[in-house]
Amino acid sequence: MNVPLLEARGLAKRFGGVAALRDGSFRLMPGTVHALCGGNGAGKSTFLSLVMGIRRRDAGTLLRRGAPVDFAGPLDALRAGISIIEQELSPVPAMSVAENIFLGREPVGRFGRVDFRAMNARAQELLDSLHFAIPARRLMMDLTVAELQLVEIAKALSYEAEVIIMDEPTSALGEAEADQLFAAIARLKEQGKGIVYVSHRLSEIFRIADHWTVFRDGAFVGTGEMRDINREALIRMIVGRPLAEEFVKENTPTSEIALELRGVSSGARVRDISFAARRGEILAIYGLMGSGRTEIFERLFGLAPDEGGEIRLFGQPQALSSPQEAIAAGLAYVTEDRKQSGLVLSADVRANLCLARLGALSAGPVMLRRREASAAARMIETFGIRTASDRLDVSGLSGGNQQKVVLGKWFLTEPRILLLDEPTRGVDVGAKREIYRVMSDFARQGGTVVMISSEIDEVLGMADRTVVLRDGRISGELDRATLSAERLVHLAA
Amino acid sequence: MAGQQPTGTGTARNGRAMLAEFGQRYGILAALVLVCVGLALANEFFLTQRNMVNVLRQASINGILAIGMTFVILTRGIDLSVGSVVALAGVVSASFASTSATAAVSGAPHPTLLAIAVGLGTGILAGAVNGWLVARHKVPAFVVTLGMLSAARGLTLIYSGGRPVPGLSDGYRALGTADLFGIPMPVVLFAGVFLGAWFVLEATRFGRHVYAAGGNPHAARVSGIRVERVRMAVYVISGALAGLAGMILAARTGSALPQAGIAYELDAIAAVVIGGTSLAGGVGRVTGTLIGALLIAVVNNGLDLMGVESYYQQVIKGGLIVAAVMLDQARHRAA
Repeated sequence: MNVPLLEARGLAKRFGGVAALRDGSFRLMPGTVHALCGGNGAGKSTFLSLVMGIRRRDAGTLLRRGAPVDFAGPLDALRAGISIIEQELSPVPAMSVAENIFLGREPVGRFGRVDFRAMNARAQELLDSLHFAIPARRLMMDLTVAELQLVEIAKALSYEAEVIIMDEPTSALGEAEADQLFAAIARLKEQGKGIVYVSHRLSEIFRIADHWTVFRDGAFVGTGEMRDINREALIRMIVGRPLAEEFVKENTPTSEIALELRGVSSGARVRDISFAARRGEILAIYGLMGSGRTEIFERLFGLAPDEGGEIRLFGQPQALSSPQEAIAAGLAYVTEDRKQSGLVLSADVRANLCLARLGALSAGPVMLRRREASAAARMIETFGIRTASDRLDVSGLSGGNQQKVVLGKWFLTEPRILLLDEPTRGVDVGAKREIYRVMSDFARQGGTVVMISSEIDEVLGMADRTVVLRDGRISGELDRATLSAERLVHLAA
Repeated sequence: MAGQQPTGTGTARNGRAMLAEFGQRYGILAALVLVCVGLALANEFFLTQRNMVNVLRQASINGILAIGMTFVILTRGIDLSVGSVVALAGVVSASFASTSATAAVSGAPHPTLLAIAVGLGTGILAGAVNGWLVARHKVPAFVVTLGMLSAARGLTLIYSGGRPVPGLSDGYRALGTADLFGIPMPVVLFAGVFLGAWFVLEATRFGRHVYAAGGNPHAARVSGIRVERVRMAVYVISGALAGLAGMILAARTGSALPQAGIAYELDAIAAVVIGGTSLAGGVGRVTGTLIGALLIAVVNNGLDLMGVESYYQQVIKGGLIVAAVMLDQARHRAA
């Protein structure tokens, strides 16, 4: 009989009076990938922090190969052969890739001197073995986000751990990099290692996982083998109620063109881009990381330089050289990374909601508190933002609710064209559906949605038309009839 | 996080939660009250009206500088140049109000209002240079204002020839010595600056811009806020207030000294930090800064009254700054 590499029984943790985790149970067998699923706030992150010893558990047992263990910290867990790839990256930017991988355990030569040659060689060997095309001597600050993520993965694997926890490892990766990761995971499986895989992307889970475990509201809900469950059943487990449909799409495109780009170039990555989006339409832009997709939005919002081409809104040429101009012209831009550029995390929900609309909520230079409060209340109601008060810090909200705050901020500006960059990243299945509902309603009422997405399912489910980008240029355009996952991947790579 | 109320059940928990929230909101105020009560018990002279007025007067120059500093720090910046700008604005504006044959500009003494405008203008100019370099050219604020600390001091010495500017007109001296209903003019100006800053930060659109630009400049920019202009503006505000402080100081002492204001930036930063404003930007209140400035003044005054040597006072003040911030952090962790 196989002994589980890692088993947790009834782990529990309370913060203040609130139970973040009541019953975290989990069992990882050698040579398998085990998906840990659950919505935001289901207790996955708390569970992982208890397993790694980052936080002390209040109750429960943790078994490593059948023996009870109690880690005082991540270092302890690491020594016991458990490593983690965290969701939040923690690079030392001014150091090389190799230095980051071997941080704190640099190979040492004579007189305590760091043996850089050995370190670089070992790091390169590791990266090559994973088929990650990253030079070990490159500085971290010169890497893209996707490459940083790959380095983080390489680092976690370099500990030769037997149990590897991956918390949303593909959230910053494009399709091609994700494939490299999955290939690496397959090799780890062959070596008999166990992988705990946390991801909101169900298609990934169905692709690579052998087992699943679902947490909901801080408790274990169920576990089983992937081959015995289908997508709908898993979603039902995660959400706790049947979802009628994963996607909501009730809009019909009109023939009136709202946004038109003609030969637009900007920065290093946007070359001669032409496409049009109509009123009532949801247009998807699909492309790998680095294909220039975000840069198109940055150009439209005046955040990237105008280097040729013409942009028309409702037939009128527009310069769009600053965010102020773009907002005035009826554009709204939900950025890719809500913590980086969407929210002011140090501020409360109300301040965040009102941020793009301060002019209309003030008389001259003076803010009108009552108008701010009622505007915020309206958006909280419209989007069903779950918060006890609009004066609470936005940082305390779940990912899905934070995303709804960003959407609320933009809807207050009464936009006509919505630019959404990865609108459902890091958002749980239930909140995803609500965001799809918002997009669909907006388009149905005559708005235009342009959505960047690297989730193929989302593109297939929501887009009326899809523009595919490769290396800053348009490599194809697909309408709903000709759209398929294979075509998307083919055109993008 | 700040402002977030712990949820709890039962009266004991509620009591503790309320205490925690009180501490979170009024921690520094409680410290100020505590120190005042202690000093009042230790020294009968402390609570006298004369001493209280004295404390306020001592707090006012640092308080005015600290309020300007609050704007800057809220946007993730720092202004190390305020001490030097105090001296520069002091000697330049004094030279317009001086009756001295050697130190004054021609035609002086000019009307007090002109001298004041020149002083404010000098501060604004220095602040604008800081702001322009920080906002437009993305030079780190620490470096820019460190440069201005040196340059403004040098300009002060060049302008004044290294000598004080004496013989200030009565009208000008009123800035530092006059009374309004028994309240010294510096205190009146400090109160006015505080109320103005409080209104701007709490109630105006610009105030919202300052918090947003400091809390997350990217998000502010995408939301249509002109972050560069906000950055520019806060250094101008800090410069203008340093100019005002410089004139009050010159008026109080009767002559503008080129070596005035040395190390004033440190006390100003201390007041802001003690007042709970985060050096990471986006979080803080000008009421905190007010209390921070008062706390520094009370502690200085108390140590004076108790006859503690000034050398020791500096050590104690240093400890106070660090302790206040540690306390603040502990409170945030507990919340």
